[in-house]
Amino acid sequence: MPKIRAETRVLEGNAAVAYGATLCRPDVIAAFPITPATSVLENLYRFSADGLLDAEMIEAEGENSALSAVMGASAAGARTFTATSSMGLAFMFDAYLAAPGSRLPVVMPLAMREQPWPMVLAAGTSDANTVKDGGWIQIYVESCQEILDSIIMAYRLAEDTDILLPVNVCYLGFYLSYLSQRVEIPAQEEVDAFLAPLKKMKRVRLCLEEPLTFPAEIAPGDPVFAEYRYKHCAALQRAKQKWDEIDREFEAAFGRSYGGQIEEYRTEDAEIILVTMESTTGTARVVIDSKRNEGLKVGLIKVRMFRPFPRERLVEALSGKKAIGVIDRHVSFGWNCGHCFIELKSLLSDLRTPLPLVGFIDGMGGADITTEHIERAVDIINAAAQGKPAKETTWLALE
Amino acid sequence: MIKYRSRFEGSWADPKTMHILPTGEWRFQRPITKAEKCCQCGWCYIFCPTSSIENRGTYFAANLDYCKGCSICAQVCPVDAIVMVREEV
Repeated sequence: MPKIRAETRVLEGNAAVAYGATLCRPDVIAAFPITPATSVLENLYRFSADGLLDAEMIEAEGENSALSAVMGASAAGARTFTATSSMGLAFMFDAYLAAPGSRLPVVMPLAMREQPWPMVLAAGTSDANTVKDGGWIQIYVESCQEILDSIIMAYRLAEDTDILLPVNVCYLGFYLSYLSQRVEIPAQEEVDAFLAPLKKMKRVRLCLEEPLTFPAEIAPGDPVFAEYRYKHCAALQRAKQKWDEIDREFEAAFGRSYGGQIEEYRTEDAEIILVTMESTTGTARVVIDSKRNEGLKVGLIKVRMFRPFPRERLVEALSGKKAIGVIDRHVSFGWNCGHCFIELKSLLSDLRTPLPLVGFIDGMGGADITTEHIERAVDIINAAAQGKPAKETTWLALE
Repeated sequence: MIKYRSRFEGSWADPKTMHILPTGEWRFQRPITKAEKCCQCGWCYIFCPTSSIENRGTYFAANLDYCKGCSICAQVCPVDAIVMVREEV
């Protein structure tokens, strides 16, 4: 059987998804095309036709069936893959909630797109942000290389029998799904070796030798329901450290590291910190460098793991700083601030010293988060660090 | 101190734990097996969606605590040994 060549290529984000998935040798893929994730499927079908991908390909009639099909396959012990975005995610919502509750290690990248309405066909994080409490693990990534690498790492995390939870690798649709970047495609043997530890783990699965009921209904009032929720939460907590370990192993095997739960940039002697997620981070790095050149001691933290939330790592990284600001691409309705802002606000009381936190909403509906916007954000964080009164949330594109 | 009762992490169970809801209460008709006609092929046992059919040694019959009265057993029986009878209040 031909295999994917280890080489450096210029790939779009969606192609990087397909390469990453194919290198992990999934048994079953079921999906339905939706903008901006469609070319993930186009690439996978091309690989399948070329004999590079030996997976059962199910052309589902919709996203609900797509996720349900891979859940069934996953329950039978298969390695499974699907991908979606926005409306597709909404259409699979009941299955989306069932997958983690059933502890099925599905890997499903989300090409993040605004959740209409108002109708827009553009980048935004409202799809992924809205389902953050659905029980999945969510990893937000920045570049095409990070997409490919994170899918390989996602399988290591999802299928680990200490975890057994589905994983979303979230990358910004349009910006990243169609962005061409230099990507190093690792050798199949190296990926096989990296995923080899999973082969030794024996997970519960449907089989004729040891029949089980799945999904098992629980009698109303039976405390075993709370027990399963408790175990689910415990697995999410374990996933945090596990993700750091997987990142370190990945670095040893492939020479690339992303910091695990969070990635820090020039934070060591920083007095103020800007927090970003997804590909906004690339622009933010440029601003951090220019502000550093002006003498401002500013650092950057990219939150990669959003669910579970990297509470301990962030407390460690933020303690002793003078002010924090965070850019969100979506707003939490009812709070007038972003989702990551609320998470950070929740851990302020864990910090050794109290410090101001300011939030920014930007980049909605496919709008650019420009360097000028981020410079303004950094200036506002700096003012807050000087003790000047700061608004809780600034909508950068509107002010 | 948390005590676990299930050996599973999520919604998995040993097959017999299907029988936790008294689904027989929903029934408006019940299957009656004519034991002497039963050829013991086991089709009703295989097809029953709630695993309510029991092997009684010389014939198969439904456990009426769980049987919902769907009549699939009567439909699949090749020798018409099962008839559906309306439940009377």
